[in-house]
Amino acid sequence: MSDAIHPHDAHGHGHDSHDHGHHEEGAHGTFGSYMIGFGLSVILTAIPFWLVMSNALGDPRLTGIIIIAFAAVQVIVHMIYFLHMNTRVEGGWSFMAMALTLVLVVIVLAGSTWVMYHMNNNMMPHAAMDMTGDMSSEMNAGHDMSTMANMSEMP
Amino acid sequence: MSSATANAQAAPRAYHLPEEPHLHEGHSTSLGFWMYLMSDCLIFAILFATYAVLGGNFAGGPGPKDLFELPLIAINTAMLLFSSITYGFAMLAMEKNRVSATQGWLFVTLLFGGAFLFIELYEFSNLIHEGAGPGRSAFLSAFFTLVGTHGLHVTFGSIWLITLMVQVARKGLIPANKRRLLCLSMFWHFLDVIWIGVFTFVYLMGVLR
Amino acid sequence: MIFGRLTWDSFPWEEPIVVATFCAVVLGGAAVVAALTYFKLWGYLWKEWFTSVDHKKIGIMYMVLGLIMFLRGFADAIMMRLQQALAFNGSEGYLNAHHYDQVFTAHGVIMIFFVAMPFITGLMNYIVPLQIGARDVSFPFLNNFSFWMTTGGAVLVMASLFLGEFAQTGWLAYPPLSGIDYSPATGVDYYIWALQVAGVGTTLSGINLIATIVKMRAPGMSLMKMPVFTWTSLCANILIVASFPILTATLILLSLDRYAGTNFFTNDFGGNPMMYVNLIWIWGHPEVYILILPLFGVFSEVTSTFSGKRLFGYTSMVYATCCIMVLSYLVWLHHFFTMGSGASVNSFFGITTMIISIPTGAKLFNWLFTMYRGRVRFELPMMWTVAFMLTFTVGGMTGVMLAVPPADFVLHNSLFLIAHFHNVIIGGVLFGLFAAINYWWPKAFGFKLNEFWGKVSFWCWQVGFWMAFTPLYILGFMGVTRRMRVFDDPSLQIYFVIAAIGAAIVAAGIGAMLLQFAISIWKRDELKVEGDPWDGRTLEWATSSPPPEYNFAFTPVVYDADSWADMKKNGYQRPLTGYQAIHMPSDTGSGVILAALSTICGFALIWYMWWLAALSFVGIVGFAIFHTFNYKRDYYIPVEDVTRTEEERTRILAAGV
Repeated sequence: MSDAIHPHDAHGHGHDSHDHGHHEEGAHGTFGSYMIGFGLSVILTAIPFWLVMSNALGDPRLTGIIIIAFAAVQVIVHMIYFLHMNTRVEGGWSFMAMALTLVLVVIVLAGSTWVMYHMNNNMMPHAAMDMTGDMSSEMNAGHDMSTMANMSEMP
Repeated sequence: MSSATANAQAAPRAYHLPEEPHLHEGHSTSLGFWMYLMSDCLIFAILFATYAVLGGNFAGGPGPKDLFELPLIAINTAMLLFSSITYGFAMLAMEKNRVSATQGWLFVTLLFGGAFLFIELYEFSNLIHEGAGPGRSAFLSAFFTLVGTHGLHVTFGSIWLITLMVQVARKGLIPANKRRLLCLSMFWHFLDVIWIGVFTFVYLMGVLR
Repeated sequence: MIFGRLTWDSFPWEEPIVVATFCAVVLGGAAVVAALTYFKLWGYLWKEWFTSVDHKKIGIMYMVLGLIMFLRGFADAIMMRLQQALAFNGSEGYLNAHHYDQVFTAHGVIMIFFVAMPFITGLMNYIVPLQIGARDVSFPFLNNFSFWMTTGGAVLVMASLFLGEFAQTGWLAYPPLSGIDYSPATGVDYYIWALQVAGVGTTLSGINLIATIVKMRAPGMSLMKMPVFTWTSLCANILIVASFPILTATLILLSLDRYAGTNFFTNDFGGNPMMYVNLIWIWGHPEVYILILPLFGVFSEVTSTFSGKRLFGYTSMVYATCCIMVLSYLVWLHHFFTMGSGASVNSFFGITTMIISIPTGAKLFNWLFTMYRGRVRFELPMMWTVAFMLTFTVGGMTGVMLAVPPADFVLHNSLFLIAHFHNVIIGGVLFGLFAAINYWWPKAFGFKLNEFWGKVSFWCWQVGFWMAFTPLYILGFMGVTRRMRVFDDPSLQIYFVIAAIGAAIVAAGIGAMLLQFAISIWKRDELKVEGDPWDGRTLEWATSSPPPEYNFAFTPVVYDADSWADMKKNGYQRPLTGYQAIHMPSDTGSGVILAALSTICGFALIWYMWWLAALSFVGIVGFAIFHTFNYKRDYYIPVEDVTRTEEERTRILAAGV
């Protein structure tokens, strides 16, 4: 808002509390911060590759969870050290945009898989165990029960 | 705004600025560009969601375990990571107003980006030669589209990088060019973040599955 | 090879209706071109309008585009009503299936993408910078480019009328019907590329307006001092930026299926058409809130202005808007309850849908309480607002009925659904636009609209709307499905005849509105007004009508949400001296050129003219790069010009008193 207007502090009325002060156009990194970010991301990349390629844990499920966790941490590392994201850039608007995007990404991913998983279970004859005969006439009666049961299996 | 109200009672309110306020040029650019990136992020979200839903539909064709060569992907990931840190060095040089150092690091970044694209194209052409093209199954359609869209972004990033190198060469590190380099920096690092998702969910999880 | 699959047979020679329309369009178009040439207006249009980056001119151009496309979309509506009223007792009506299917598809696509969207974008473009005391938007060039991309999409849709065909799939082009196997001709390709070209424009203008609202508000205007219309515009634009990419991605997948032989939404090789339905509605539901939210802002401004009161519950209005914005992402499955996700999924989405009615209801009460004990002036904008409250409430309630999954199993895909969404879109979006046009016309042009013809139009719309859609509600309850071309049951005919009469009355309403515009322009000297004809409350009324290109001679300082009302109350004096040079963005033709190249690229892809597609694509990238080599993008309006403009206004104001 008014922080883009230079002589604003001369008046000083009515600023949002979080909009005070002049923000530099984007935060900058230093050599040190870039190297920390790079080092961390190399480690966070190398370990998942090693885990999968050597099958060190022997348990795909556990490996999967661990590499997803590594990916999540690495995304945060990149955000902080390479994209210089924090809650103050652009008066917090960048962070808010990112938070909203994150929420929407979760809704899109989780929602689509949830919706499509149930759809496949109900509508694909080979997928549903109790599916007998014509699927369109079956839809209302029996399958909603099976869907209820499925609910606990999905995140 | 109690202070403003108090002021108003004491003296008549000033309802306009006597001086023309100076909005510095490009005051909205980085915020606007960030919002563009967020919208791009949602495009990728849809591609990831499609991959999540259709990625298991092999239609009797080859699956990830038959197709993905992790060493190649590891090299590719390294290329992208190196290009990120070299772009970071370019930005550091830019802040110190060192034109030739900036250009040099940008050029190195371009080389790494080019290497990444080269390896990706090599991978794609191998897959297609094996009969695992994008039309073979829904899984491969989703795979090629997701990874290919990322690659297309890297391609356009590289074109943009060349353009900026020409512009820096012609005009130097003037504020407008710095702003553009900053936007490309966000774009380039954003593609890294997407790639983290790609190598984790597509390649590593695919081989695990 | 040169023309791809475009041949002589691509022209719809055998359709007399289309040929007649084509002749009319050619004659009319030739007349317009001749007139423009005769009066030497091409240079004026190019310099003053097409290449302008002034948000006000771009806003007006959006409104003109919306109006033109509205006439096209309404022509489609009338054709459908007539067909359905005739096709009984063995009659085939007058439209064959091939044509009729294109008509209902085009009607939906045009009304949403090329009528409602340009109208609201134009409105926001015009009003928001004025309401926040800015000189222009954050990215003036992108604004011009966005407009021309939207126009490019509209051009592609219109081209489909005479070259090849439009989609016959319904407005969302569900696969597998929209896949290459079942729709091998150009129809779906027109659909895809028109929406993609326009979608780029929409997304960019969304980003632009958010950045404008975030960055360019006048000093003192904190978020909770923004006018409500600016608030709802902010939320609508956030929705645009956060949902149009989803449409873009989904259509990319569909086009890959059609062009590259992938298997996303096919029935073979593991594809899943239902995924398309899922994805497109993740965009589709926020889209309807994109359309309605800005109009909620309009109703708030109008209600408070014409009640002479501060808006009741400003804070709750803001929070309700934000709530609706977020909730709109959690309801998409209610568009396909019957697809078979089962009880758990359906009940989740049914409940979230019903929850949305709570913030919406809160808004309605806010408007009612604003009117309560106000001195309500029933001018045209207020009439449309009250009509909206009545109509939209009914539409909202039928919406809640449809949100109940078991009820939806009975009513889905029926004319009840059609009646419901026309009830909210006409009653909400269109009535809101008419309120806005009547309210802000004097702002944009400096004279009011003729009241008599405005009232004629208003009453025609009210009567016509209810006559046209009440029968559809009834028919829907009786189980009549949508998109039918012929009917077997003669007892239904009377309902369709009534609906057709209703549509005719609406047509009269549209005619009266065009007449209202024409007469008002004709008699503009009698209707002339000063800056603030309605005793407005927000900042856009603080400057002259129409505003100078720089909007405000001095950047205003804001202390209150109703800042102009606050200024008037505290005896604000317009400054008469001390003018300064004003920094403004320069006009550029780059937007027109880029959008034209994109439209050509889309056209080439539709007709498989690969060489032209490649060439124009290279042209787009090359020209975009070329454009970035232009660093000189602004200029100063000299202080003498500002002084002259402002002194002219001083003289007019003095003469008026």
